[in-house]
Amino acid sequence: MPNRMAKPRQIYLDNAATTRVDANVAKVVSECMLETFGNPSSAHQAGIEAERRIKVATGQLARAIGDPDGSFGRIIWTSGGTESDAMGVLGAGRTKKKATKVVVSAIEHPAVKQSAAMLCELGWQRVELPVDGHGVATVEGVRKTVDTDTGVLAVMLVNNEISTIAPIAELAAVARAISPDIHVHCDAVQALGKIEVNVAELGADSVAFAAHKLHGPKGVGALWLKKGARIQPFWAGGGQQDGLRSGTDNVPGIAGMGAAAELASEDLASRKKRHKSYADRLVAACEEAGLRFLVNAADAPRAPHVLSLAFDACPAEPLLHVLESRGVLVSAGSACAEKSRKPSPVLTAIGVPKTHGTLRISFGRDTTDEDITFASEILTDAVRSFQS
Amino acid sequence: MPSEASNPNSSRFVGTIVLRVAEIFLKGANRKVFVKQFSKNARRLIADTGAELEVMYLRFLVHYPEGKKELVLDRLQRLFGLHSMSPAILVEKDIESIATEAMRQAKELPAGSSFKVKTNRRDKQFPLGSMEVSMEVGGRIHTELGLPVEMRKPDYEVQIEIGDTRSFVYTQTIAGPGGLPVATAGRVGLLLSGGIDSPVAGWAAMRRGCVLSAIYFHSFPYTGDKSKEKVLELAKHLAAYQTKLRVHVVHFTEVQKQLREHGPGDLAVLLYRRMMMRTANKIAQAHHMKALVTGENLGQVASQTLENIGVIQDASEMPILRPLITYDKLDIIAKAQEIGTYETSILPYDDCCSLFVPKHPATKARIADLVRAEEGLDVDALAQGLANDAEEIVIKA
Repeated sequence: MPNRMAKPRQIYLDNAATTRVDANVAKVVSECMLETFGNPSSAHQAGIEAERRIKVATGQLARAIGDPDGSFGRIIWTSGGTESDAMGVLGAGRTKKKATKVVVSAIEHPAVKQSAAMLCELGWQRVELPVDGHGVATVEGVRKTVDTDTGVLAVMLVNNEISTIAPIAELAAVARAISPDIHVHCDAVQALGKIEVNVAELGADSVAFAAHKLHGPKGVGALWLKKGARIQPFWAGGGQQDGLRSGTDNVPGIAGMGAAAELASEDLASRKKRHKSYADRLVAACEEAGLRFLVNAADAPRAPHVLSLAFDACPAEPLLHVLESRGVLVSAGSACAEKSRKPSPVLTAIGVPKTHGTLRISFGRDTTDEDITFASEILTDAVRSFQS
Repeated sequence: MPSEASNPNSSRFVGTIVLRVAEIFLKGANRKVFVKQFSKNARRLIADTGAELEVMYLRFLVHYPEGKKELVLDRLQRLFGLHSMSPAILVEKDIESIATEAMRQAKELPAGSSFKVKTNRRDKQFPLGSMEVSMEVGGRIHTELGLPVEMRKPDYEVQIEIGDTRSFVYTQTIAGPGGLPVATAGRVGLLLSGGIDSPVAGWAAMRRGCVLSAIYFHSFPYTGDKSKEKVLELAKHLAAYQTKLRVHVVHFTEVQKQLREHGPGDLAVLLYRRMMMRTANKIAQAHHMKALVTGENLGQVASQTLENIGVIQDASEMPILRPLITYDKLDIIAKAQEIGTYETSILPYDDCCSLFVPKHPATKARIADLVRAEEGLDVDALAQGLANDAEEIVIKA
């Protein structure tokens, strides 16, 4: 029994779940709550200032996603990744009067899968786009699943469990050749601030983002909508954001997300290198310790902030709790079906053996070399205790 | 109109709930004790609502302030010993005031409902007899509102009670939770898990007058701290019936590992359960509990057989109460939904650890086999150690 009374230092390696808000971002949010608190729809000075704040944030996010002038599309501010995905799948699907089919990749986030399921309530058919053994959606898969009736195709840019990167532009081009009116939605929640995101080149009609994955606040996200692409709003009201999303704008959240996006793109290249080295060090430590483990999706193109490791003979959740009790916080992903839990479809899709428990270790801007040194020791120690 | 004069504090109150007690009346010489505990429990439950309990011999009235009626009615659903209750309006003790209020309430009944008027006249000095009051008031309602009178099975009873100093009128009777007042039967230790059954078993024990403490076996890291949070959340639901509840958290992992390695695999679950019982006995003795309560249910899972129940009972010196032993699962679920524990119970943080559970647990074990399996282990010392190291958490309602 680990000593649970003495609390050791805490190393947060679960940045794919959420991140700590950057102090500068928090300052921006706080300023909008205490100073620039006006309603952007008001005609007076306080309203104008708040509106200006949103414009600044829109510019910041637009630059971070490769559409600096807003020439390729527009940004709709939302309550987060889930709403953005719902808009891009269900909201877009509702505008396609003739389509009857939605194709979503096998490793999509539930926000996308369940939005597609809601299209089925309108009489649509939902078809799964298979992934290859590395967890990547393929052009062949698109050819097999997309047909002329397909109104929506959704593929995520970076997977949230194993961080594989999908070739969205290629897939979108093939899909469009088959079904010219198709709406391609891309969930880039795990991509922004982790790899280069360039909506102008991505080939998607809509792209979803969330602030809290990039050291921004929870409860705010955005959907980038390509020029000419259409969505049906989910509700009506005061007509904010051109009627696409009525409701008083979340000025503090929006300003926070703008600031977070700007920060995230500033040091992206160096951070990617840093995260890659962290992952390499952890893998090396596990090898050195003689552990029996696999790096999930090892041979696929991956975003460097996530390392997914499958350990033989380790139940994922107890392993997570042992690490937790020693100050290292990570996520569990399990391919084995515990009684009330469903196996992860992502890990199942890439064929992680049922005997293996998977941990998702994910880095943030604030992760340090020292953290990794500390975590390597605890991780190898904990896994060894299960494997011996 | 509600009377201002009939109640000394009435300016604060806009209505009254008439409480009817259940089996308390059966309790002969002990009645005083029961009434006292019932009143104490009622006062505690409504303490923060601004409502007040008035006890006159065996009449219990709860006077509530503006805007608190629904809250008070909801709180009283946790008052064991309460058979039923009626929201009433106090009126002056004259036939005009009584009839006016009865008319007002009758107007709120669904159109076309049949009714009868029932009068209870405790003040024998009142100028009209019970029947006369009923006929007078019933006649007015029937003539002015056109509602049909039905003496045998009316949709509604307009009830009038004429007391010594005041009278009240009501039309609605709401069932209470029944049972006996909490704390009239002594303290018991509930073996609480994160499942559906044990919280319901605890509720049932409280309903028969027991005060609960809970004992929870935690197997970190095989069950995460979210499971513990869930159990504490369930404890909070139960605490609402008695304002606070002490949870003894036993850190079970190390002993569980020893048991798993020591005994044959198919007996593992029974070895754990016997150790849990021994530990619960130690905790119970140290904390003045007179019995243990479990959510066991005959045949619900393969291992819940009469044989296994006997094997588990054998490890306990104390009586083990099993309020749900004959329930159907669906009835347990319905009760869990009713008392509000179901939503928490079905959260997915249950014991994840299939590592500790054999594929084929013994279904018809014999005590002798268990005793043999425990040979070489100082089970008493292990249980004492677990009890000594248990963490105590007091949950407030």
